[in-house]
Amino acid sequence: MLFKLTVSNIKKSLRDYAVYFFTLIIGVSIFYVFNAIESQTAYLNVSRDTREVIKIINKILSGVSVFVAVVLGLLIVYASRFLMKRRNREFALYLTLGMSKSRISLLLLTETVMIGAGSLVAGLLIGAGLSQVSSALVASLFEADMSEYHFNISQSAIVKTLIYFGIMYLVVMLFNTVMIGRRKLIDLMNAGKRSEELKVKNPVVCVIMFMIAAAALGFAYYMVGWRTTELEESTFFTYIAIGCVSTFLIFRSVSGLMLRIFMSAKSVYYKGLGSFTFRQLSSKVNTMVFSMTLICLMLFVTICALCSAFTIRNSLNRVLNECCPADYQAVMSMYYNGEEYMVLDYIPLDDEKIYEEAGIDPEDYFEEYALTRAVYDSSLNYEGFYGEYLDELLALDDDDSDGGLDLQEEPLISITDYNKLMEIYGREKETLGENEYFELCNVKKSEVPRNYMLKKGKEITAFGVTLKPKYDECINGVIELFDSYNNVGVTVVPDSVAAKAEAGVYYLTGNFNTDDKQKISSYIQKLSSEAPNPVLSALNKEYEKYDDQSIGFTYYAVTKRQFGEANIGIKALVTFLGLYVGVVFLITSGAVLALRSLSDASDSIGRYEMLRKIGADERDIDHSLFLQTVMFFALPLLLAIFHSLFGMKFAYFFLGMYGVTAIIPSILMTGGIILFIFGGYFLITYICSRLIIKSEIR
Amino acid sequence: MELLKIDHIEKYYGSRSSLTKAIDDISLSIAEGEFTAIMGASGSGKTTLLNVISTIDRVTAGHIFLEKTDITELKGKELNKFRRDKLGFIFQDFNLLDTLTAYENIALALTIKRLGFKEIDEAVNRVVAQLEITDVLQKYPYQMSGGQKQRVASARAIVTSPKLVLADEPTGALDSKSAKLLLERFSFLNRENKATILMVTHDSFTASYARRVVFIKDGKVFSELSRGDNTRKQFFDRIIDVVTLLGGDVSDAL
Ligand SMILES: Nc1ncnc2c1ncn2[C@@H]1O[C@H](COP(=O)(O)OP(=O)(O)O)[C@@H](O)[C@H]1O
Ligand SMILES: [Mg+2]
Repeated sequence: MLFKLTVSNIKKSLRDYAVYFFTLIIGVSIFYVFNAIESQTAYLNVSRDTREVIKIINKILSGVSVFVAVVLGLLIVYASRFLMKRRNREFALYLTLGMSKSRISLLLLTETVMIGAGSLVAGLLIGAGLSQVSSALVASLFEADMSEYHFNISQSAIVKTLIYFGIMYLVVMLFNTVMIGRRKLIDLMNAGKRSEELKVKNPVVCVIMFMIAAAALGFAYYMVGWRTTELEESTFFTYIAIGCVSTFLIFRSVSGLMLRIFMSAKSVYYKGLGSFTFRQLSSKVNTMVFSMTLICLMLFVTICALCSAFTIRNSLNRVLNECCPADYQAVMSMYYNGEEYMVLDYIPLDDEKIYEEAGIDPEDYFEEYALTRAVYDSSLNYEGFYGEYLDELLALDDDDSDGGLDLQEEPLISITDYNKLMEIYGREKETLGENEYFELCNVKKSEVPRNYMLKKGKEITAFGVTLKPKYDECINGVIELFDSYNNVGVTVVPDSVAAKAEAGVYYLTGNFNTDDKQKISSYIQKLSSEAPNPVLSALNKEYEKYDDQSIGFTYYAVTKRQFGEANIGIKALVTFLGLYVGVVFLITSGAVLALRSLSDASDSIGRYEMLRKIGADERDIDHSLFLQTVMFFALPLLLAIFHSLFGMKFAYFFLGMYGVTAIIPSILMTGGIILFIFGGYFLITYICSRLIIKSEIR
Repeated sequence: MELLKIDHIEKYYGSRSSLTKAIDDISLSIAEGEFTAIMGASGSGKTTLLNVISTIDRVTAGHIFLEKTDITELKGKELNKFRRDKLGFIFQDFNLLDTLTAYENIALALTIKRLGFKEIDEAVNRVVAQLEITDVLQKYPYQMSGGQKQRVASARAIVTSPKLVLADEPTGALDSKSAKLLLERFSFLNRENKATILMVTHDSFTASYARRVVFIKDGKVFSELSRGDNTRKQFFDRIIDVVTLLGGDVSDAL
């Protein structure tokens, strides 16, 4: 009997429950998919370093899962409470028919259990299906071969999903039981009757409120977007708070503002179902200002998270190729230490001999390689290098070039060494006259002062020779390999000038003579700077010759592969995090808007009937419903997009070191995901609403 | 001149096994400018009759003509256009949109005809003066009394200058004072604007405001009264007589 009643109840409110159920299923399947990643990565054939990275990523993901569970939990409580409220009269009927409260609670319990079990089973099934697809994505993210396909079901993920969602449903049951227990019959009976108090707001107050909110937002945008460098943690959170409060105020006042605007554009307002459409929408918005604010903020976070994730992903490869144009580089030097590890003076080394002593013949490893050095003239330090321009540059030094003037000693490299490197890097070679120099740089803030001086034809004196600039701006390039833009400046000088230096920093740079992954691994093992290392011991022997405590030496090697692997981790992490949080926030916002729209549609059946009775066109009614639904979904999205424009300006400031490239594809991908999920909810909502308000008269 | 011609209509509800004849062969003719009341007990088929005239429902057999147009033949868009241009509705439960102000509710009947705002504004101001509701224009339905709401609904019904105004138990939800006020307005509109009004009621007092009363029983026309030169009070007494004849007290049925 109870079971039958439950089933018939669910069937009856199926229209209301469909979106809820649908959302639960998506929630469960997403939760499963992201928690199943751990077991999927176990099959991947990846390097030891990547394995470590994967471990960390899985830890982070399971941490984020707790957050996601909280968000979904809140959504479930919200949705079930919302649906409950709509059924108060039904419960009142049961009570008047003599059913006891505990019996109703039991009824609700059965209902929740059935919905919960149903959504868990369906969600896990869909999740398991999805995760077969996602495992290919996971493999490609970690750049592992998908040589063997595993159909895998992650038991731990299933258990975790069951536990987390079990707890959520338990909370919902408690909530419902308590709610029914505490409500009096008379309240339940009147619940439907009491028409929602229409809070009519004073349009003038709304306009003022809107202006204040807009001004506050503008201020916060400005401080975060343009005064980024001055931000401190505390002020930053103040601006975030300003943003949230302003968002709330905007949703509170927007309908009043629109009403004010319409009052001066009466011909638009009083056209077709214009006034009806607007009033329907504004009553919906007015009764859920807080939810709208939360939805807007969630969408904002989603847009920023997805956009940043894709930007990082898309930029990393490009940046790596630009900043690390060769496979391998070893750097060694020996020097007299000054205070605070300042290098006082370099000691000459015979790099060729050291490699020979270490038993390393570069010919064995590299297809092409070069031994080069960078030299330093102590007179080209902070004061010496900027010279008479220092004051102007300091004056010029606004936020954009902050720290761009930092310099200890300018590295110099001979044109011949430069060209040897460019040969390996596959970049254009240069020629240089006897009294000329040019500069290399790829960091924006350092480029500004350097270009400023080069434009003015700044002369420099290196080892007593005065040189004129060949170009009036820096060449974008690198000498040292790195994973991101960090060349704050190198000066290329004629051979005769560089030759005056006795010593410097010695580089061995090359491209491996093979593409075979295994072989490269064995090369790297031999050539890496990890002790015990033959080069290190050779250097150490050299060092011992001096027997001087103030002497130190450095040796390290970098490989493109190592940078690439680190990138894999970052790429995978940001992709997972962005998608996980983004998708969950999207379904949460979509579900809340959809639930509200649908319940509003069924509350409005009478209104639409009335419109038909007075002869409104079916097309106009459809149009009105469409506009209402579009605007309802678009309102928080539009404001979120607006927030994001500035949020992303802020984010790109910090992503700058990854080199913000490929912004358009990132935006397109973000837009695509939002369109798919949020747009999907919109479409379902519109179609279902149409069915709900469909004509009951012929 | 004849405005509405109802020609042997029938309306059945239900399946073959349990058939309800809500209207069982009714013919009726209403002239332009007439104020007619249809009286009958609960379940006699009054609402059904009104619904088929207003094209909200479809007849099983027979035809209804409004100015030579057979409205039982209208379909889809034509129906909406017909209701929009030719008819005005007043319902027992007012049926105002609770999210719109009185002014917007009245204007809605015109905006769906896509008139310019100037025209709309003039028309609305004209009818609200006639119905004496100028001071509630900016109020929402929940801020108005029942009588005010019904007068706003009446304003919406007549603002388009319809050929025929249909009212289903317009006083049903009103106290006697508000009912009287509303009915006086109806008489006024009928006299001054030459509005053709067809009103359904079970209440003799309400019916006595009409110029003509048609009694129906079990889906058939039972008899008919015309006010002629009677005062309203005399007419009321005559109606009461027929009601007694009809058997049963119609007044306490809805
Ligand atoms: N939609 C319907 N389905 C079945 N029977 C109906 C329907 N509407 C009305 N009826 C029946 O038709 C008869 C006339 O109803 P109605 O026109 O509403 O009467 P009135 O308005 O005079 O009270 C009643 O017996 C009623 O039960
Ligand atoms: Mg009726």
